[in-house]
Amino acid sequence: MTMRKKVLWEKVLLAAGVLFLSASSALAEPELVVLPIDRAKFLAGQKFDMEVELRGAKAEEIKVLLDGKDAAGFFGATPVVKKEDALSSYRVDGVALTQPGAVKVEVEAKAGGKTFRKSVGYTVAAPEKKRAKNVILFIGDGMGLASRQIARILSKGITQGKYNGLLEMELLNDGLALLTTSGYDSLVTDSANAASAYATGHKSVVNAMGVYENSAPDPLVHPKVENIAELVKRAGGMSVGLVTTSNITDATPAAMVAHTRRRAELNFIAGEMLKADVVLGGGSQQFLPQSTPGSRRKDDRNLVEEFKAKGYAFAGNRAELAAAKGDKILGLFNLDNMNVYLDREILKHPDVLKDFVDQPNLMEMTKKAIDILSRNENGFFLMVEGACIDKQLHAMDWERSAYDTIEFDKAIGIAREFAAKDGSTLIMATADHSHGVSVTGTYHERDGKTGRHGVRTYANAVFPTFADADGDGFPDNPAPDVTLAVQYANHPDYYENFKFHDKPTSPAIMSGDVAVANVKRAPEGVFYPGNIPLDESSEVHAADDVPLSAAGPGADYFKGIMDNTEVFFGIVRALGLDPTKKR
Amino acid sequence: MKSRDSAYPSFKIARAFWALALLVSSLSSIAAASGPMANGPVPLGFGEMYGKVSPLGIDLSEKLKSLSGKAVVMEGFMAPPLKPTLEFFVLTRVPMSICPFCSSDADWPYDIVVVYLREPVMALPFDRPIRVEGRLELGTKTDPETGFVSLVRIYATRLSEAGI
Repeated sequence: MTMRKKVLWEKVLLAAGVLFLSASSALAEPELVVLPIDRAKFLAGQKFDMEVELRGAKAEEIKVLLDGKDAAGFFGATPVVKKEDALSSYRVDGVALTQPGAVKVEVEAKAGGKTFRKSVGYTVAAPEKKRAKNVILFIGDGMGLASRQIARILSKGITQGKYNGLLEMELLNDGLALLTTSGYDSLVTDSANAASAYATGHKSVVNAMGVYENSAPDPLVHPKVENIAELVKRAGGMSVGLVTTSNITDATPAAMVAHTRRRAELNFIAGEMLKADVVLGGGSQQFLPQSTPGSRRKDDRNLVEEFKAKGYAFAGNRAELAAAKGDKILGLFNLDNMNVYLDREILKHPDVLKDFVDQPNLMEMTKKAIDILSRNENGFFLMVEGACIDKQLHAMDWERSAYDTIEFDKAIGIAREFAAKDGSTLIMATADHSHGVSVTGTYHERDGKTGRHGVRTYANAVFPTFADADGDGFPDNPAPDVTLAVQYANHPDYYENFKFHDKPTSPAIMSGDVAVANVKRAPEGVFYPGNIPLDESSEVHAADDVPLSAAGPGADYFKGIMDNTEVFFGIVRALGLDPTKKR
Repeated sequence: MKSRDSAYPSFKIARAFWALALLVSSLSSIAAASGPMANGPVPLGFGEMYGKVSPLGIDLSEKLKSLSGKAVVMEGFMAPPLKPTLEFFVLTRVPMSICPFCSSDADWPYDIVVVYLREPVMALPFDRPIRVEGRLELGTKTDPETGFVSLVRIYATRLSEAGI
């Protein structure tokens, strides 16, 4: 279809849609929605907001029964009831289910002479005995099975079909599970929704964290569920650390502490970082008052100063991180996302790094975080994210992604060293979702063949020639004579030459609402028409299950195929958290 | 990187302005092709705008500060606009692979220039470099209509495709 035709069609469809909507709003049955959703699972004592909405009608009455008892009496709380023309709501905030086992919720709403009923069931997990003092959760963003394998090939090498070694994360072998990743709204998740499942034990929706989705336009008023940072503080008196290579306000670290329907509430999320004791990453742009050039705040809050006033040391580069003292630290090493390992530590191109020539690596940040957090005798929860494993796969730059996977893996090595001495630390390494990438074989031009003809499959693939002469675990050259043929299951229109890009280059750029192939990505490359919608400018997430490896006390929880929300229950089980008890 | 919010404005109408925009650009490029005269606009590169950049903020370069209020010419890329009837657009160093206006979790790079236009209706290609001439203005300013905050602005007197 030509573009002009497509626009015309969209207009026709839009007009039809408006007619349909105006007709259907009169005819559609009101919908009764119970939040949390059916089959939600709680840790006994975990706080949450419960909300029942009758969408599309003004209710005369809403009754909510838990195990046959009125909700107000059951929780000992006063509900807030709103009855508006097209929306009625019944809400109790900050309540908890304290008795382990099953809870049946029955809801009844009367509107316009009709009665609407819905019944859902919850499960409440009993607090367990304490197994571990500390938990370190490593999240390789978008790091599916192929990402692990690419990192293993590059970092460890393979000889006659046997790997010369395993990754640090692959040596976490007290527990191994495959996690399903979907949210409750959609098969394919995003990093907010996925990390939220780990942080709360509850599924959410794309772009949301720490909340169930109600009808409110304000993203900050959706019903909340207590997250791991809040729980370990409240029930364990523990310290919390967040370490990433992206903006610290990005979805994965944000979901550990914040509650918002929209991950884009970055100004708000930056303030929520005060819930953690160690905050290390990029993204100072959200911490500077709007009057400071480079700020992305829409107010005058100077969060760097607020953190300092609350006793945090501040570090803006590697040297300051090393020198920082105290029990709390805010380290922000770039205005935006930190650069990737390959650019930061190896290539160091001035156009790419600009003035950010002294950013610490993930190993240094992880080490510092553990040094500080381990001073708390009650223990700590630390989340370390390899953020750009994902960002570089979106950009179809598997080499930059792979070096960041190796960096992430080496950070896991730092944690393993600590755990070996400490003896009471559960380490988990997983991803939040996958990408559609696979190793198809190798690529070389030794015989003059290029492009698709240079992709070597089956017996022709033999082995790539990555070398690591200095033994640091990172290949000396990201573009060896024989490299990997890494291929993408989904992509926008783009140019491919199967070669490494000296500078990060987007596969497609936005032209209006259409992604067009970026000719700069692959000079003399071949054009491949995209296989995803025209407005997607990057490779997108895949629905594949992701592996989780765990070691240490409590790691035995992880086996077989598990729902992603079980990561939370594995953590609170290991820590023996009991939020039903007052500390 | 990208997981777009479902609620984002549509820009489909923008295409309708392209034909007009290209006409405008081809006319103006005839004048622009002669390049800066001795007293003409001073060329300013994206790499010349800032002094020290650190996590605690950006210092404007001496060159940028010395050009405040003066005529400059810059080359860059026009980011996909907020709305088709443009009163301003964002000029970027490289073409944008994201649309921060349409994807609420995408953010702008810090080295951007906001270009205000005399004529509200005008659009140029997003994937080819363009050339902007006009008066440079510095300092934090919030666009009254959209709330968009800018630090470096050009009040454009002339727009063209670069290299024509």
